Amino acid sequence: MENAIKVEHVSKEYRLGAIGGGTLKGDLQSWWAKVRHREDPNLRIDQAAGAHRKNERFLALNDVSFSAKPGEAIGIIGHNGAGKSTLLKLISRVTAPSAGTISYNGRIASMLEVGTGFHPEMTGRENIYMNGAILGMTKAEISRKFDEIVEFAEMRQFIDTPVKRYSSGMYVKLAFAVAAHLDSEIMIMDEVLAVGDAKFQQKCLGKMGDAANSQGRTVLYVSHNMSTIRELCSRCIVLSHGQKVFDGGVEDAIAIYLGLAEQFKPVRQFDSQKRKGYFGDYLRIDEVEFLDTQDGKILNELAFRVKFHCGKDVENVCARAEIMAPENYTIGTAPSGVLIEHLKAGGQYSCVLRLQVPDLMPGKFNVTLLFYSENEFKNTTTLDRVENAVIFEVSEAKIVRWVTRDRGYIKLPDLEISDFRKDGV
Amino acid sequence: MESYSTVIQSSTKGLNLNLKELWRYRDLVFLFVKRSFITHYKQTILGPAWAIIQPLLTTVVFTFIFGNIAGLGAQGVPSFVFYFSGNMIWGYFSSCLTGTANTFLNNRGILGKVYFPRMVMPVSGILTNLITFFIQFLFFLAFLVLYSVTGQNVHPNLYALMLPLLILQAALLGMGVGVIISALTTKYRDLAMLTSFGVSIWMYASPIAYDMEAMGAFGTGGKYHALYMLNPVTSIVNILRYGFLGIGRIEWSYYAVSWIVTLVVLFIGIIMFNRVEKTFMDTI
Repeated sequence: MENAIKVEHVSKEYRLGAIGGGTLKGDLQSWWAKVRHREDPNLRIDQAAGAHRKNERFLALNDVSFSAKPGEAIGIIGHNGAGKSTLLKLISRVTAPSAGTISYNGRIASMLEVGTGFHPEMTGRENIYMNGAILGMTKAEISRKFDEIVEFAEMRQFIDTPVKRYSSGMYVKLAFAVAAHLDSEIMIMDEVLAVGDAKFQQKCLGKMGDAANSQGRTVLYVSHNMSTIRELCSRCIVLSHGQKVFDGGVEDAIAIYLGLAEQFKPVRQFDSQKRKGYFGDYLRIDEVEFLDTQDGKILNELAFRVKFHCGKDVENVCARAEIMAPENYTIGTAPSGVLIEHLKAGGQYSCVLRLQVPDLMPGKFNVTLLFYSENEFKNTTTLDRVENAVIFEVSEAKIVRWVTRDRGYIKLPDLEISDFRKDGV
Repeated sequence: MESYSTVIQSSTKGLNLNLKELWRYRDLVFLFVKRSFITHYKQTILGPAWAIIQPLLTTVVFTFIFGNIAGLGAQGVPSFVFYFSGNMIWGYFSSCLTGTANTFLNNRGILGKVYFPRMVMPVSGILTNLITFFIQFLFFLAFLVLYSVTGQNVHPNLYALMLPLLILQAALLGMGVGVIISALTTKYRDLAMLTSFGVSIWMYASPIAYDMEAMGAFGTGGKYHALYMLNPVTSIVNILRYGFLGIGRIEWSYYAVSWIVTLVVLFIGIIMFNRVEKTFMDTI
C-alpha cells in the first residue's frame, strides 16, 4: 500500500544563543569585511583562527526517516528535547527542515496546541469557524459539521458565550472537537489530551482510534503518557537527541524510552544519588545488591542485601518494597513489621531482605525501597527512599500468550472448579 | 514512483506567490477580517465611529497649523476636505504598511503552531483597513456633498472613478514596503523601531499636510519636482484630490513612474518574503 506520509533524511538545525549578529550594524560589518576579504570583526578570536562555528549550532533533528501508511497510528516518544515537537512542527509546515524532504498526501490536521486562534472575546460558535478555517476547513465544510462538533464537545448551551468565560476544560474540549472533525488524511497531536477530564480523554482517544482504524487516516501522536500511547498506537518511534533510535512495536519502544533496556547490574550504588524528597540524615541507603539472581532474573525468591548508615539514633525501623511495572505504575507493595528496634548514630549496617514474588507478566520490573520508622502510635516517618533499588526481569509467561497488559501484571491463583454438574439437557 | 500532493523541502527557488493556495484559504481571510473588526471595537462606546475620529482630529490639527498658521494649504478649496482627503488615503496606506510590517511579530503565537499560507495575515489586515477607509470615505463624501450643495469651491469630476485603482496601488505599495520590513525584522528588530519614525517622515515627504504647489521647489516646474514625484504616494494623493476636489492636475508620466516604483517594491518584497516565510518562526 502506498505511504500516506514519508519523511526522508530530515534534519533541523538551530543556532544557539542570539540569532544573527544581533544587530543590523553587526551583520553589515561582517558582510563588508567579507566583501573586502578582511577578517570579520565580529568573530571571536578562536573562530577567526579557523575553528569551526559548529559549536554554535544545534541539531534538533538529525537525519530522521520514516514512513507511515494510511490507517496507522504512530506514537512518537522521547525525553524532553529529543526532537518530537520539532518533527511535528516540520511535518505541519510551521517551519521548514534544514535538509531532507517530507512528502505527504492530502491534508494535515495538526494540533500542536489547543485552540490556536481562539479569541477570548468571540463566542464558541465564532471560534469554531475561526479555528476550523485556520486548520484549513472552508466555511461550508464547518457549517456542515457544526452540529457534530458541538455534540462532540458537549457544549450546546454555551456555544454563544464568549470563550473567555469558559473553563479551561471546556476550552480544550471545543478545540479538540474542531480538529477531530477535520476531514484530513493525517492527524498530528502533541500532548493535547492532558487537559480534559478522564472521560473526555477516553472519548478523544476513541475518536482518534476510529480515525486510524475505520477511516484509514494516519495519526501521529506525541505524548509522555504511556498508557495513552499503548491504547492508541500500533507502532512507536523513539527519538533521542534528535535521532531515531527505535521504530517498531509499542511495548519495546516504551521499554527503551523508559531506559530499562540498560545492562543488568547486580549492585546498585545510592550513596551519592539525589533523593526525590528530603528525609533528613537519620538513615541513608548506600548500596543494594541483588542476590539469588542470574542475568537479572529471580531464581527462587527476590532477595537483596541493603547497606546503609545512620546519621542519628533511630527507633523501630521498618522497610517497604514497592514493585513497579515498567511505566512506574506500582503493582504491589510488600511491607514489613518492625525489622530493627534500635540503630545507633554513626553506625554502618547491612541486612538481607527477602520476598516471595508472585508470578508476573513478562517484562522488566523495578523495586522502590523505602525505610521508615514507626512511633508508639503507629505513625510513620520516612527515613530514606530509593527508586530502582532492584531491577529484575521476568521472561517466561506463566499464562500462555501473556504479552499485553490487557491481562494485568500479576498472575492470581488458578481458578478452581468444583460442583460441576449437568443442570439440564 | 510514488507521488505526493505536498512535498516539503528546505528551500524554494525563485518567485512563488502561491495565490492558488491563498484563494483556497479565502474563508480564513474573511474570518480574520471579521475577527479583527469585531474585537477592535468590542466594549467601546463609540464603536466604528473611532475610525472617523482619528483622521478628523489630525485634519483639525493640520487645518489649524499648516493651513492657517503656516499657510501651506490649497488655495480656494475648503481646508477641511483638502486635509481630510489626504489623511484618509495616507491613513489607509500607512496602516497597510505598519500592519504588514508587524504582522509576523504580532501573530507569532498562532503562526508558530499551525500552518496556513503566511500571506493570509497581511492580506486580511489590508482588507480590515479597507473597511476603516470605507467608513472614512463615506464621511468624506457627506462633507463633499454638503460643500457642493452650499456652493463651495469643490469640483468632483469623472477622475474620481479612479479611486479603486488608487486604493489598490496604496495597498500594494504599503504591503510591499511592509513585507520588506517584516522580512527584515524577523532578524533585525532595529527596523521595528524605525518603522513608525520612517512612516512619519514619509508623510511629510508626501503632500498630506500641505499642498505640493505651495512648496516652491517641489511644485510643478520646481527644481526638485522630478525627485519629489518619485515618491509614489504623491501621485496617488494628487489624483485623489484632482478627482474629488478638482485641484491640481494629473501628471500621467509621473503616475506611470509611481506605478513602476510600486511594482518594483512589491516584487522585491515578494522575493524577500519567499526567502523568509518558511523559517522565520525559528528566528522571530
